[in-house]
Order: sequence, then C-alpha cells, then structure tokens
Amino acid sequence: MEFFVDENDRVDGVDKVTGKAKYFAEYQLPGLTYGVLVTSTITKGKITTIDTKLAKSAPGVLDVLSHLNKPVAAGYEQAGGSPMKIFYTDQVFFNGQPIALVVADTFERATYAATLVKVNYEKEAFNTDFENSIKDAKAKKLQGQPPYIRGVADAYKTAEVKIEQIYTMPVETHNPMELHGIIADWCANDQVTVYAKTQGVKAAQAAIANVFKIPQENIQVNSEFVGGGFGMALKTWPIEIATVMASKHLKKPVKLVVTRDQMFTMVGNRPAAYQKVGLGATKDGKITGITHTAFGQTATYENFTEGVVNMTKFMYDSENVNTNYYVVPLDMSVPIWMRGPGEATGAFALESAIDEMAHALDMDPLDFRMKNDPEIDPAKKIPFSSKNIKEAYKLGSAKIGWSNRKNKPGSIVDGAWQIGYGVSIGVFNASRGRASVKGILKADGTLVLQSATSDIGPGTGTGMGLIASRLLNIPTNKITFELGDSSLPPAPSQGGSATLSTVGTAVNDVCVSLKSTIAELAANSNMDATSNFVDVLKKNNLPMIEVTKQSQSNQQGKDYSMYSFSIHFVQVKVHQLTGVVKVSKIVSVGDSGKIVSPKTARSQMIGGAVGGIGMALTEEALLDNRYGRYVNNNFADYHVPVHADVPEIDVIFIDKPDFIVNPMGAKGMGEIALIGFAGAVANAVFNATGKRIRSLPITPDKVLEG
Amino acid sequence: MINFQYLRTSVVKTALNLLAKDPKATFIAGGTNLVDLMKRGVTAPEKLIDINHLPLKQIELKNNVLRIGALTSNSALAENAIVKEKFPLLMLALQSGASAQLRNVATVGGNMMQRTRCGYFYDTTMPCNKRQPGSGCGAIGGYNRMHAIFGTSEACIAVHPSDMCVGLVALEAQVVIASTKGERKINFIDFHRLAGTTPEKDNNLQKGELIVRLEIPLNNLNKNFHYLKVRDRSSYAFALVSVAAALELKDGVISNVRLAMGGVAHKPWRLTASENFLKGKQATIANFEAAAKLAMNGAKGFGENDFKLKLAPNTIIEALTVAKAKA
Ligand SMILES: Cc1cc2nc3c(=O)[nH]c(=O)nc-3n(C[C@H](O)[C@H](O)[C@H](O)COP(=O)(O)OP(=O)(O)OC[C@H]3O[C@@H](n4cnc5c(N)ncnc54)[C@H](O)[C@@H]3O)c2cc1C
Ligand code: SF4
Repeated sequence: MEFFVDENDRVDGVDKVTGKAKYFAEYQLPGLTYGVLVTSTITKGKITTIDTKLAKSAPGVLDVLSHLNKPVAAGYEQAGGSPMKIFYTDQVFFNGQPIALVVADTFERATYAATLVKVNYEKEAFNTDFENSIKDAKAKKLQGQPPYIRGVADAYKTAEVKIEQIYTMPVETHNPMELHGIIADWCANDQVTVYAKTQGVKAAQAAIANVFKIPQENIQVNSEFVGGGFGMALKTWPIEIATVMASKHLKKPVKLVVTRDQMFTMVGNRPAAYQKVGLGATKDGKITGITHTAFGQTATYENFTEGVVNMTKFMYDSENVNTNYYVVPLDMSVPIWMRGPGEATGAFALESAIDEMAHALDMDPLDFRMKNDPEIDPAKKIPFSSKNIKEAYKLGSAKIGWSNRKNKPGSIVDGAWQIGYGVSIGVFNASRGRASVKGILKADGTLVLQSATSDIGPGTGTGMGLIASRLLNIPTNKITFELGDSSLPPAPSQGGSATLSTVGTAVNDVCVSLKSTIAELAANSNMDATSNFVDVLKKNNLPMIEVTKQSQSNQQGKDYSMYSFSIHFVQVKVHQLTGVVKVSKIVSVGDSGKIVSPKTARSQMIGGAVGGIGMALTEEALLDNRYGRYVNNNFADYHVPVHADVPEIDVIFIDKPDFIVNPMGAKGMGEIALIGFAGAVANAVFNATGKRIRSLPITPDKVLEG
Repeated sequence: MINFQYLRTSVVKTALNLLAKDPKATFIAGGTNLVDLMKRGVTAPEKLIDINHLPLKQIELKNNVLRIGALTSNSALAENAIVKEKFPLLMLALQSGASAQLRNVATVGGNMMQRTRCGYFYDTTMPCNKRQPGSGCGAIGGYNRMHAIFGTSEACIAVHPSDMCVGLVALEAQVVIASTKGERKINFIDFHRLAGTTPEKDNNLQKGELIVRLEIPLNNLNKNFHYLKVRDRSSYAFALVSVAAALELKDGVISNVRLAMGGVAHKPWRLTASENFLKGKQATIANFEAAAKLAMNGAKGFGENDFKLKLAPNTIIEALTVAKAKA
C-alpha cells in the first residue's frame, strides 16, 4: 500500500502508527534479563544495611546490585564529584533514590524480588520545602548565576508607574508516554551495545565510556526511535549506568524500564520557581526599569541552573534592567531542562508583569509591547539577525479577533462564562552547533544521509530530507536519513531547538558538495551541466559517490543577536461559578525564519501549545514536605491535558529566511512553541475575570478564591 | 512472585461458594481498580474469582422498575436506550467518569466498590488508616485538596470517587445483594458508609456477598436534570465537586427534586435538607442559592480543600440552573 501522499509527510509516520518503528524496550536480545530498581523510602540519611538474602533466593533472580557489592566502574573510583555515582555511595539524597537493582530472568520475578529487599537507614532531617527555603534566611544556601545590571539597578522603584509582583510555578515532570530505560549488553573484550532512549547517542556513548573507562569506539548506542523526551533524555542517568554495570557484572544483556512513579524521581523535572518582577514605566507607556529576580530549585548532590531570566535582558527596550538568579538546593532529585527550559518559566513571570503594567497604564497590552519593542538587542547592542515581531502581532491579532477584546477586564460575558483574550511573547536562542553528515548519492537514484543525531519527535529525518530534496531535486521518498546510531558521523544531542540548524547546515553542505561533484563529472564526460545525476553516475561507471561534511557553529554571534520568536494569542472562557478555565481559541505565530518542513513545524507548534495548556492549567507534581514523597505520581493524578482541553490551534508562520543563522534561513522552533504560552493564558484569565493568578497551574480553586 | 489463584465461573452460586470458602479470595470484574491496587501492593488477594461470565448483564424495565445487572459495563449502561430516555441523569453521571476505554471494561458493581483515590492510600510507605488501620491519616495536614468536607472523622477524610454512584443516590436506587444465605435488598444510599473509626470499611457489603443488580424506580426526572462535574481537566479526572440535580416542574413550581453531591464525602452525599426546602417552591435563582446554602450545614475544610466550601454551593446552583433551563 502506498501511504506516502505528500512530500511533507513525516518519513517515519507510517512506521510509527503501524508499530513497525522499534523503540528501545522492544529489542529482544537472546538471553535478555530484566532489572527492577529498589528505591529509598527515606528522604535523607544513610543506608545502614541492605538485606538481599530473600531476594537473591527468589526464583529466577540472578543477583542484586547495590553499594555493598558495587560492580566495578573505574570512573567512579575517585571520591566526590557529580553526577551521582550510583552504587558507590551509602548516602540517600532524595526519596525514591535508586539504591539497588534486582536482576532476574523475567520482569515479573525481578519486580517481586525487589519487594523482598529489606533496607535499614539512619535517617537525617531533610528539607524539600522550596518556598519556605527562600523565605527562611537561615536555610539560604543559594548559588546562582552572576547578577546582570544594565543602567541603574531597581530603577523601577522610582518610576511614575510601577508594579512589583511574585510569580510561582510548581515542579513539572516531562513524563513522555514512553517510560525511560535502557538495554545494555556488555560482551567479551569490553564491547558494549546499548539500546537507549536518548536525545544524544554520542553523549550517551561518551557518558558510558567515561564511567567505565573504556574507549568510546567500544560502545555502540542505538536509539532510532524515541517516544518523547522533552529534555529528560538529554542525560545518561544513574539508572542507565546501573544497568550497564549489571550487564558487565552478569555477562548478560539486561533491560531496565522504570515504572511511571519512578518517572517522577529518576529522570529529572522542570524545577519549581519563585520569581519577583518589578516593572517601571512612564505614564505614557515607556518602560524605564525592569528587575527580575528568580529562584529555582536544585538538588544537594548535583547542581542545575537554567536561563530563567535570559529574555528579560533584551526583550524590551529599557535603559535599566537588572536580573538575579538563585538556586535553592533541596533534598529532592535533580531537575533537568524541560521543553522551553528556563525561558518558559521566566516568560510566565515577565509576560504576566508586562500585562499587569499595560493594565495599570490602561493600555492595550499589544500596543504596550509594540511601544517598547527594541530595534536592536538592547543587552548586546547589536542588531537582531532577523526579528518580525510587529508583523507577527498583526497577523496573530487579526486571526484571533483581538479587536473583540475589551481592555476592561470582565467585560465580555456569555451566559455563565466570562471571556477574555491574552497574549504573550516567547523567545529562544537560535543557536547552531557543529555536526557531521555523510551523504551517499547512488546511481539507483537514491540518496542516503547519515548522522548520529536523534529524533525525539520533531521530525528530524523529514526536515533533513526536505532540505536535501530541494537542493538536489530528488523526491523525498528517494531519500533516507539515518540517525540514532553512535557509529554514524558525530552530531550533538537534540536539544535547545538546534538540530535543524546544526545538522541541517551539514546536510546543506553535503548536498552542495555532491551537486558540484556531479557537475564536474558531467563536464568531464561531456554531458550537459543540467544532466540528471543518475545519468552522470552511470556514464562515469560509478555506483555511488559519497562525501562527509562538518558544519561549524555560527561565527556571527558577535555581530548579530540570533533568536527565534513566537507570539501566542489565546481566548479563554472562565466559568463564573465553578472557576473552570477553558482555552477556547489559540493562535500561535512563529517567527523562526524559513519553514523547512511545514507539516512537522506545525506539529511542533501544536505540541507546544498543548504543553502550554498543561503548564498553564493542569500540571503540578505534588510533593509532601513531611515525607519528601510525591503524592500524585501517576497519569490519573498528574494532569497532562486531554483532547477535550485543547481547542483547534491556528498556527501562523512568518516564514522569512534568516541567512545569517544558517544557509537554509531556518531558525529552531521546538522551544518557542511552548515559551510564553502559560503567560498568555494567565493574561487572558485576567482579561476575562479581573483576577490575576500568579501561581501556576490556574486550577478552579485559584480562580474561585482569586 | 506473589502468586494468586485465578478461577472463573458462570454460575452465581458457584461464585458465592468459592468466595465463602476462602477469606483471602476476592471477586474481579473489569479489574480497572483491583489490578492497580494489586500492582501497588495495597492489596494482595490469594484467589481471584472472575465474575465477568456471570449472567448479570441485563438491563430491563419491568413493573416500572429498571433492573441493571451488576456486571453491566459502564459504557453499555450509559448507551442503553431506556437509560437514555428514562434515566438520562444516570447516563450523564456515567459519561463523566474515567475515560471511554475504562468505561468499556468497568462494571456497575466494580464502580460501586472502587476504592478512594487518596494518594496516601496508594503509597504503601505512607501512613493511611484506610489501608493500614492505626497508621495515621496522611491526608490530614497533607495534600487534601481532593478530600471530604462532610461527614469526616479524625481517622479518615477520603472521598468515594464514583460519579455513577452520585447519580444513583439521586435516583433513589436500590441494591440487590446475594450471599450463600440468600438475597437482601438495601437502599443505595445505605450502601456506602462514613469512615468513622473504621475507615478500612468503605461500605456495608459483608464478607462473602456479591452485588447482583441495581433497581431504579421509574420517575419523571428525565426532563429537567443535570450532572455537573467540576474537575481539573475536561476529562479523565476525578471530581473536585460534582452535583446530580433533577427537578420536576409544574408551572415553574418544583413538585419533586433530587440533589446529590460527589467529591465531598466518604459516600455519595444526598442533599435532603436542600431538597425539602425546594419542594413546592419556585425554581428561582434565589431559591437555588438558599438551597445551596442549606446544603453546606456542617461542612468543614481541611486547609487545601477549603475552596470546596465555596465551590460546592456554586456547583449546586449551577447544576440546578442548567437543569431548570433544559427544555
Ligand atoms: C485512571 C482512572 C480514572 C478514573 N476516573 C473515574 C472517574 O472520573 N469517575 C468514576 O466514577 N470512576 C473513575 N474511575 C474508576 C472506575 O470507574 C472504576 O475503576 C471501575 O468502575 C471499577 O470497576 P471494575 O469492574 O473494573 O472493578 P474491579 O477493579 O474489577 O473491582 C473493584 C472491586 O469491586 C469488587 N467487585 C466488583 N464487582 C463486584 C460485585 N458484583 N459484587 C461485589 N464486589 C464486586 C472487586 O472485588 C474489587 O474489590 C477511574 C479509574 C481509573 C483507573
Ligand atoms: S484520608 Fe483516608 S484514605 Fe487518605 S490517608 Fe487519610 S485515612 Fe488514608
């Protein structure tokens, strides 16, 4: 059957919906064994004893690994340091910490045996209370990034009009559908094969090499399909190392797949945040000062920081800006970047504050933003490589029907519902890194491209195929893009919206090179310069030609400020009696350069908006500070949006190339799809009701009591 | 492995005998709640008696009474033509519960017997009097946003999570229960119980008993009715507060009314005082508000769920308003 109807279709779409696509946990190796983790039930302290006798004698159990019998990992031998060295410490740093791995011949037997492992602890007092740790000066062990000051610090305080507010966000978890895990197969001569769920096969290879002190070439990492990552698969977690250890120790392939509740403690989260924004403006709406102070949560045993205050530095034209960022170490598992990382957190606070100021000035929030839109990057004092914000405002506001919005909150009522409109900006670095791509152009008319990049869902292969297709004039169904394999030419991990820019540039260079080789061959064999490459190769008796190119990171960073932008418009309905908020319309405008792959780009924006609804209205991981344990660590109680929460989403692209960023003129868009969205919802709720909710998620109780 | 025996029968008597014989045996119907509890280690039955093949799936209207077999699936019941026409309140309540996939396998008996969703109940490392009597109540002083405001005790403040049961209380259903000693019939409202000092007991079903069917007397509550469920997302979330409301109106005057609430107590909560107040009165917002206020007598928050003191009466008013407005 021919499924491929459109050159813009996802190249692996059919494989994904028909089950042909194989995810890490689906690989069946001969003699595969199964690991199940035993986790700490205290939050802080020391493991005094681990009794594994019962577990070891349970049917099918091969062994139980823990710090007591730590299987050798040369890189873990020296003391101290981070990341956490699994099985090399008797310390408990957080509740739910992996402390032992039971391996058995079946998953069920390993699961049962894990319940038989008895652990005793020496408990210590612990602290998981984020907000109190900020307020309580004694508990302050804050470390952050250096403060940023432009002009006068805290200038907002003396402004004609000022606002000063606190915005909070809870811990969110990535929780993609696919559970985390790994299959590790340590064979003779230290040859290791792993099937991983990772955003970076080369990074995973390096991490394993580093821990076991074996050459990277010995390690083959496969991760062709990934069932969602959102950032959590940017790191090789201690539990993955533990599985490799187990395989080495047992000389058998070992598979580990964590449980849903373990997804809350073992593979990072978006840290809780507490942010204070001070904003000053003249009466006629010119911003005169912005002060943004943010606190994020981190762990005691590893540090995590992110760019919460980044966009505040350059998004608005203010002479005076100062930012501070601190992290609060808690006895909780370490966070990791989650889609739109710190920027999404920061944008909620900044864009809420901007809306509050517009209201205080009785200005339309769009007019207020446009009035303070800087011509050049006010932080770096250099031009933007491209920025079409004003056009984006225009297109988006027309589409959502912004003219129906009333500046006075609570003005539009439809039966029991109040209706409001909100807007917010998102912005993220349009970075480009270094990647290698190999291209093999064959006389049968096909092109194979190879790079050790990943596809966690954005449609990497589809986008790369389209770039090549246009350059070489080959239909996309004759192009194969191979990825997710550490033996391919190296590429960075998929993160920070940089894959299309980074790997795409190498694809571009490969195609340009192949094209000129074909042209040379054509000339040499007296063929027309426009000859089809198949004819040229055949005439030259060549079954194929190949080339490998490495793209370089962008060197123009000192001359141009390079960012992708988004503007999110939402309409909400708020029920006057129950406080229920429904997002009823969404228009997301992406200003991310040339759109290389229209379908998957649109999907990215849709996914970002859905994630944004979750951030705005439903997602919150609840940890009981008395016990240090999560109480809603399952998909019934941790609410990601369902279909019924999501209205039709209009996506608009500015679609103007930015050739300063890369030769395709395309900027990344994975992050901007989400960044700013929650602020737009909060602003719309205010416009609907006059209630300003400064703490996410905006649940019915907060609206009702607001 | 935690081994358990699995038995299956299509004969009611056999099922009852099997259960009576063995104190560690339990019935399994759709399994949507029981299996989760087994996986989390909250319960560990040694024998599962699969009752899905018992001949208890009929839905029939006989002598003005609707009889519903206990193994009818939530979906089949919601989609049944008689239910849609004569008991649409029940249909709405059913459709508000869980997700389509769950409703396809969840049974009526299982829905009544489902256990609370309190997070502390599900985590065997935390205190919970319902799971482990005497260990304390994690929710008091902890996360109790979803918890009860009526009829709570010092031992437990959990809610019964069902939507269907709220509708059934409003419809004055009865439950037919069988054991090896014979059958008995009780009012639906007496099926579930308050936690008191024995929160481990959710209801008044005795050891060895099987729910065989429900009976709902025919009524005229199929025109002005509503089931309003307020929740954190639009589907697949348990109620913060839900209200089943049905009115019989004659020239704007309320001749009959039923009101029940979910998400507020250890059992579906019938609002008798509000019903009595509304009977014979005009169906006006002012009267709805007064009735909602009456409903809140004795309500008590535990911190995180204080908002329910406001949400509950608002939801009553809205449910009555929508019910009244239906043509
Ligand atoms: C994620 C999730 C979300 C949900 N959301 C909702 C919701 O929003 N609203 C809602 O109302 N429900 C909700 N549910 C609960 C769902 O309705 C129940 O799980 C379901 O109704 C249980 O029915 P079952 O047949 O699967 O019961 P089982 O799991 O098979 O059994 C549950 C218990 O009932 C006993 N039992 C079953 N039948 C009988 C009988 N005939 N006689 C005596 N004992 C019996 C069993 O022994 C067992 O102890 C949700 C469930 C899940 C998992
Ligand atoms: S409310 Fe009830 S179920 Fe929840 S922890 Fe307390 S005793 Fe257990």
